[in-house]
This record gives sequence, structure tokens and C-alpha cells, in this order.
Amino acid sequence: MAKIPKPAELIQIDYKLPAKSWMETKADIRPGYYVNAASRKWVELVDYPYPRDWNVAEDDWKLPDNWKEIVLQGMEDRLERFRSLKLFFDICVRCGACADKCHFFLGTGDPKNMPVMRAELMRSVYRRYFKTAGKVLGELAGARDLTEDVLKEWFFYLHQCTICRRCSVFCPYGIDMAEMTLIGRELLSSVGLNIDWAMASVAQCYDRGSHIGATPQAFKDMIDFLAEENERITGISTPVPINKKGAEILFIVPSGDYFADPGTYTLMGYLLLFKYIGLDYTMSTYAAEGGNFGWFVSHEMGKRLNAKMYEEAKRLKVKWILGGECGHMWRVCNQYMPTWFAPVDFLEEPVSPITGTKFETAKLHKMVHISEFTADLFKHGKLKVDPQRNAHIKLTFHDSCNPARAMGLLEEPRYIINQVLPKENFFEMPPNTIREKTFCCGSSAGLNANENMDIRMLGGLPRANAVKYVAEKYGVNHLGCVCALDRATLPTLMQYWVPEVDVTGITEMVGNALIFDDEIERTTDLRDRDLVGFGEEAAEEEEAE
Amino acid sequence: MDFFKRHFLVPLIAVLALVAIAYIGVKANLEFVFGVVIPYLAVLIFFEGLIYRIISWARSPVPFKIPTTCAQVRTLPWFKRTIADKLDNPDTRLWTVARMALEVLAFRSLFRNIRSELRRDKDNPEKSRLVYWSYKWLWLGAIAFHYAFLVVILRHIRFFTQPVPHFVTALAEADGFVQFYVPTVYLTGVILVLAVTYLLARRIYTPTLRYLSLAADYFPLLLIISIGVSGILMRYFYKVDIAAVKQLAIGLATLKPVVPAGIGSIFYIHLFLVCVLFVYFPFSKLMHAPGVFFSPTRNLPGDNRWRLHVNPWNYPVKFPDYMHQEDHYREAMIEAGLPVEKEK
Ligand code: SF4
Ligand code: SF4
Repeated sequence: MAKIPKPAELIQIDYKLPAKSWMETKADIRPGYYVNAASRKWVELVDYPYPRDWNVAEDDWKLPDNWKEIVLQGMEDRLERFRSLKLFFDICVRCGACADKCHFFLGTGDPKNMPVMRAELMRSVYRRYFKTAGKVLGELAGARDLTEDVLKEWFFYLHQCTICRRCSVFCPYGIDMAEMTLIGRELLSSVGLNIDWAMASVAQCYDRGSHIGATPQAFKDMIDFLAEENERITGISTPVPINKKGAEILFIVPSGDYFADPGTYTLMGYLLLFKYIGLDYTMSTYAAEGGNFGWFVSHEMGKRLNAKMYEEAKRLKVKWILGGECGHMWRVCNQYMPTWFAPVDFLEEPVSPITGTKFETAKLHKMVHISEFTADLFKHGKLKVDPQRNAHIKLTFHDSCNPARAMGLLEEPRYIINQVLPKENFFEMPPNTIREKTFCCGSSAGLNANENMDIRMLGGLPRANAVKYVAEKYGVNHLGCVCALDRATLPTLMQYWVPEVDVTGITEMVGNALIFDDEIERTTDLRDRDLVGFGEEAAEEEEAE
Repeated sequence: MDFFKRHFLVPLIAVLALVAIAYIGVKANLEFVFGVVIPYLAVLIFFEGLIYRIISWARSPVPFKIPTTCAQVRTLPWFKRTIADKLDNPDTRLWTVARMALEVLAFRSLFRNIRSELRRDKDNPEKSRLVYWSYKWLWLGAIAFHYAFLVVILRHIRFFTQPVPHFVTALAEADGFVQFYVPTVYLTGVILVLAVTYLLARRIYTPTLRYLSLAADYFPLLLIISIGVSGILMRYFYKVDIAAVKQLAIGLATLKPVVPAGIGSIFYIHLFLVCVLFVYFPFSKLMHAPGVFFSPTRNLPGDNRWRLHVNPWNYPVKFPDYMHQEDHYREAMIEAGLPVEKEK
């Protein structure tokens, strides 16, 4: 990150366009903008094609001899399987409504980051090999040969798309670059062009339990440690049942919530909440990952990893599944999971054991989002909370792209926030940057590596910029979200652009605010920070008196 | 020649060439070809192409339910959803139809368009920021163009019918509401040309759009402008024999084609350009018109978790089961106090 420019330099984005046409410019694959190639061992572990040692920075990507046939054949297959692809290739009118909607374009000014151009990179090849006009007229019809340079360009720019779908909201035909990116990445993967950050996570998740590759005993250790932290801070013991057969509910979280701050605090929040209501649940060492990194590689790999959730629910004989705060986990669970595996006859229609609420909208899926679950508890008055305990938090809420634009989960987190935070402490970012128009953190979908900091900070600029606005205007000091990848990527982004802002999960604030009958006096929050009215500040005040 | 010039000039020349072809054709007394043969062919190709493409889309599977959800989803009943929520994140077929209707009739997504700009602060770059504001010009241009085009097409029905249906006369009357010229000026004709000119101009003047535009973007715009202009010229300046035009049109419509003499070349130019548009339509991006109905991000309800969507090519995948993990770590798991399936 040493070479990454200072924010002041980085904001000097040049939106001037190159004089040369996009067909004549090769992708400038420079460090800081790409993610490293996947190591051979990970590709081998999941049995994906053409495992090899290769390097993005080198000229020779060691492609298989018949790579071109494979890619074109793959494209033909997918044109037959996905109406979306065929249609999105055919009907774009290049109106440009999507052009300035992508955070990567806004952050870099690189015209190939306009969603419509990103699509043209693939579409031009489609025209060349599948359309008569392209075959005959060539360049004039917007067609071009599939060369190694073009393939490299795909690799470069398809990994500068976070599948966030913001472009799709504004397109008059709903053309979704995310869908095309996914399919494009499948094609890249079919000739062994994978990125390490995603493939390593996939392989570990596939072979072990979670994407961090934690062993079952390590998983238990981490959770137990967080339970002990809870006890130390609140005096409440929150032991966690793991792999417990016959529990009512299987609880699945993204692994970010048990291994990295600030996600861990959110996990502490879950545990306190479940203890409070006496929930009969279990976590699993096998389905230990909610986040589905496979979906960053291919639909097929997404399905392979997702399969573990129902599989484990069946083995443990639970009634239904509760899912934690995670963005792309819910994108996959909502958009694909029921289609992949339903009908699921070994689970029951989810009913909250505390309030009796039937989650009717999950009757097929049998999986409930923690925000729905918690909101329902509040609605029924089952939780006693002290919002003042979060008084040190001035919050703005980041709608994570996936729950927002692939699910429409907008109100639940806000409802919870309003219960656990003093009313006057919540501030929305400008309307064009939240809800369905929300901006991506800039680092999800397989970009959250360390070698590509430049593009992460640039891609995250529009988000950071909106946060900065409320931070300056209202003194906002926390950015809330219901996504573990956000909790992993936003802190870095904030440190860079808006250092005064911390990132927090929503259930962390719930855990902090819950009033237990037998708790010890709370002087700090779950992060060991003094509550308002305690600690140095309070001591100083007392002294002054 | 650079990319933009090539992609702009070639279609421009092509359209001019088409005009010339029709002109020369008529001068060479090929009225029957241009008045009868080509129109029939064009209509044939149009419908065949259209149907072929639509069937090919309709046949291809929609493996997953992937609507973009632009508003609150239906979850717990006490989260009140406004009409806007139901339209932007429909939960039933009916609302989905409403969403599509809004999309098709009012260009809902374009209406949402916003612009962004980097407001630079020269003295303190740290203070530079991105700002966004609602931007409806493209929406306005697009909707003006499409509706004007629709009205113009409907107005043309009067050439093909005898007697002229009432709604067409009414439409024409409303259209010619503002009378400041004889014959009555149809506003939609003017709006059509102005709107398309705007759409063309923005493509040429906006750097990003110029960068991404292809010949396939300029060609239909130039073609439609020429159609509009030739129509206007014919109606107001180089008058053609309307009765003869109608005779030809009715002949075509009743499959008893006759070619009256002396209609005037400008009419044949207009007609030929229209024929070209018909032929071009099914093979081009103009297919966005029927295509929008098939868009899976818009035409599906957001009811994934309670109504089954079937993927016709769904297949089982390989994944390691629980025992794979336990076999790997059994002893350590026992030691950590985790329950196991097999004690040894
Ligand atoms: S908004 Fe849609 S139609 Fe317009 S350029 Fe973008 S993808 Fe194409
Ligand atoms: S999905 Fe998101 S990241 Fe990808 S092109 Fe669209 S706006 Fe950009």
C-alpha cells in the first residue's frame, strides 16, 4: 500500500477520454489494480481445469493450446443456458445511462469501467463469432477477434466489477452487468484463469469448513473465546452449542464474524441476543461459512459450497436455518439456493420460537435473515434495551449492495437501529447513495485482497465520499452495515478516506444495548470502549466538579 | 480515420446512399419495385425476423430468479410497503406486470437517472467531492421520441384504411391542435425529429458516449431522422399527390397493389427508408423494444423465498459431505469436546 497515492492526489480523477478507440487500446495491467493468479494447489483441490503456476504480471499466462475453442464453446453453451446473457448481449442500446453509475468508473475515470463498455468487451467477441453482421463487417459492426490481449482485458476488467448491480437499477432494460461479469468469470475460469483470493477461499471452504480454512477445533476456539469476552464484559455467560443434533435452529454466519475485527463484535452480539431469548440453536463446524466465495468463481462452484447448508441442517435435524449478517451470502441464498435445492422436505417452515411469528415469506427457503428475526423480537417487545449504551455511536447506515439490490432488505436493519440507538444519533447519507442506489464498498466479489489496494480505494471512493459528507455535517463516527465483507473492507476504506469513522455490524449494537437481569455493571461496550458517562471523560468531569 | 469518424461517417454515407438509390430508382421508372416489391419484402422480413428473435429469446431458459430489487422486499407484514415499494420490488405477478408496464410506458428506470460530477476544490483537494443530482434529459428525449414515433405511426393508418377509423382522425386532430401553418402542422412529426436530433447530438457531444458509440448506434438515428425529414418535406414543401399515395397504400394493404403515376420521388425516398428500417429492425439493437419484456431482472417477482422457480437444466453437483471433515479431524474434534458421528 506504500505506493498508493494520498487521498488528495487520488481524488484528482481525470475523466478525460483517451483519443484512441477502445478496440485499439490494450488493457494496462498494472500492479495495484489486479488480484494475483490462483495457486495451482487451490485449483487442484477443487478439481477445476488447468491448474498451473502463472503470473498476471508476466506476458505468458500459460494458457492451454485450445483456449480459444474452450472460451467460445463456453460462450455458446451459456448463451443457450442463460436468457439473460443472450438478451443482454442483444438489446443494449448504448444509451449510457449506466455509464456513470459504476463506482469503478467514478473512482478511476477509466472508460472501460463504464458498465456498458465492460459489457462491450465481451459483446464484441460475441458479435464476431455469433452474429452475421460481426462476421461480415468486423470492426464496423463492433466485432473483434478473441485474442490473448482481449482475454487479458476480460480478466482485468471483469475483476474490476464487484457484481454490485448498481448499473442495472438505472438501465432502461435492466441489463445487469453483474450477471455478465459472473458468466465472463466462468469463462475465464474454464481456461484456468482464476484469482487467488477467491480460489484460496473456495478451496479451503470446500475442503474444510470455512473460507479461512479453520479446523473444527479452531472454529470452536474462536467462538468460545468470543463467548468468554462476552462474559468478561457483561458478566453473562454465552456458551455456544456446536454441531448439536436436534437443536431447533441452525445458525450460519459468515466466517468474517468469528475471525476478524470488527466482525467478531457482531458475533458477540449474536451470542448475547440468543442467550437473552434462550434460543435453542447450534452452529456447525461443517457449514461454518455463510459467505459463498464459490459464487465469485462460477455458478457451479457457488452451488457446491451452498449445498453444505442444507446438508448440515439435514444431518443435525434442525427445524430451520437462521443466517447472520452477510451480503453475498444472502445474495446467493436468496437468488439461487431455493432454485438449486428446493423443495426441501427435511426442514419446517420457519417460526420464531419466541414470538410465534411465522416467517411466511421464507416458507420455501426455510432460512431467515437475522435482521428479520431481531426486528420481529423487538416488535413483540421481547427485548429490553438501553439505547444510551450506544450513545457514543453516531451512525450512518450502509446498505450493502447484495441485500439491497438482490433482495430488497432495506427497512429491517433501520428498524433495529432505531430500537438500539438514541434517535438523534442516526443520520442517513444522501438519498442518491443509499438504498437501491447504494454504492459498493469497492472490494467485494473477490477483490478484497491486499495486492490491489489502488483499485479498492478508488472503487470505494463514492461510498467513502458519501460517508465523509455525513461525518463532516453531523459528526457521524460509525458506519453500520449488515455484511461481513463490508466489515472486512470498509475499515480499510474508511482509514484511507474518512479516518474518523469506524465500522460496525448492527447486531453488535443490539448486544451492547441488551439489558440482562443478572449482568454486571456495564462501563464499556463490546469493544472495551467507555460508554458515555464512564471512563476518563466521566472522571474528568467529576474532577472538574 | 479514427474510430468515431469511421463509425459515424459510414452510416451517414450509407443513409445518403439509400436516399440516392431510391431517387435513382424512381427516375429509372422502377416505381413498382420501390412501391410494391420492396415494401412487401420489408414487411415479410420484419415479421419473420421479429418472430424468430422473439421465439429464440422466449425459448432460452431463465435459470434463476434474478429481479433487481429497487425497493423494500415483502417480509414481515408490519413492514408497510408503499405502492412504490410494490412497483419497484414486486412480490406478485400482478405487481410485476405493473412494474413492466411502468417500465415500458413511462421509462421508469430512466426516470431514476442521476448524474454525477466531481466538484473539485482547487485549493484543498481533500475537499473535492462527488455530487449527484437527478438528471431527466435523457428520459425526456427518449420518451418524447418514442411517443412521437408511436403517434406518427398511428396517424399513418389513415393511408391504409377506408374509411379512416375514428381514433386515427381524432389523433390527427389532437396532433394538429396548434394551427399556425397550412396544411396543419403535426406536432409529433416535429417532436420526433427534434428528439432524435437531440439523441444524436448527445451521442456526438458527450465524450463518454462518443467513445462507446458504434456505427450501429448512429445508423438507426440517422435513418429515422431522414425518414422524419423526408416526411416533413413531403407534407409541407414538396407536395405529393395524397390521393395517389392513398391509392397505393390501400392497394398494398388489400394485396391488390397498383402503382399510380406521378406521386413524386420524395415519397419513394421516404417509403424506401421506412422499408430499410423495417428490414434492419429485427437484426439490430432496435430489438430492445420487444426485448425489454423478456428482461429477467425486471419481469420476475421478488418472491424467491416463498415461490419455487424451476431451472430446467439444474443438475446435482459434487461437494464433500460432513464425514469428509470428520474423517479428517476426528481425534482433534473429540479432544475439543465436539460431538462426532463415529467414535473411531
Ligand atoms: S443503461 Fe442499459 S441500455 Fe443503456 S448503455 Fe447501459 S446497459 Fe446499455
Ligand atoms: S455491477 Fe457494479 S461494479 Fe459491476 S459494472 Fe455494474 S456498477 Fe460496476
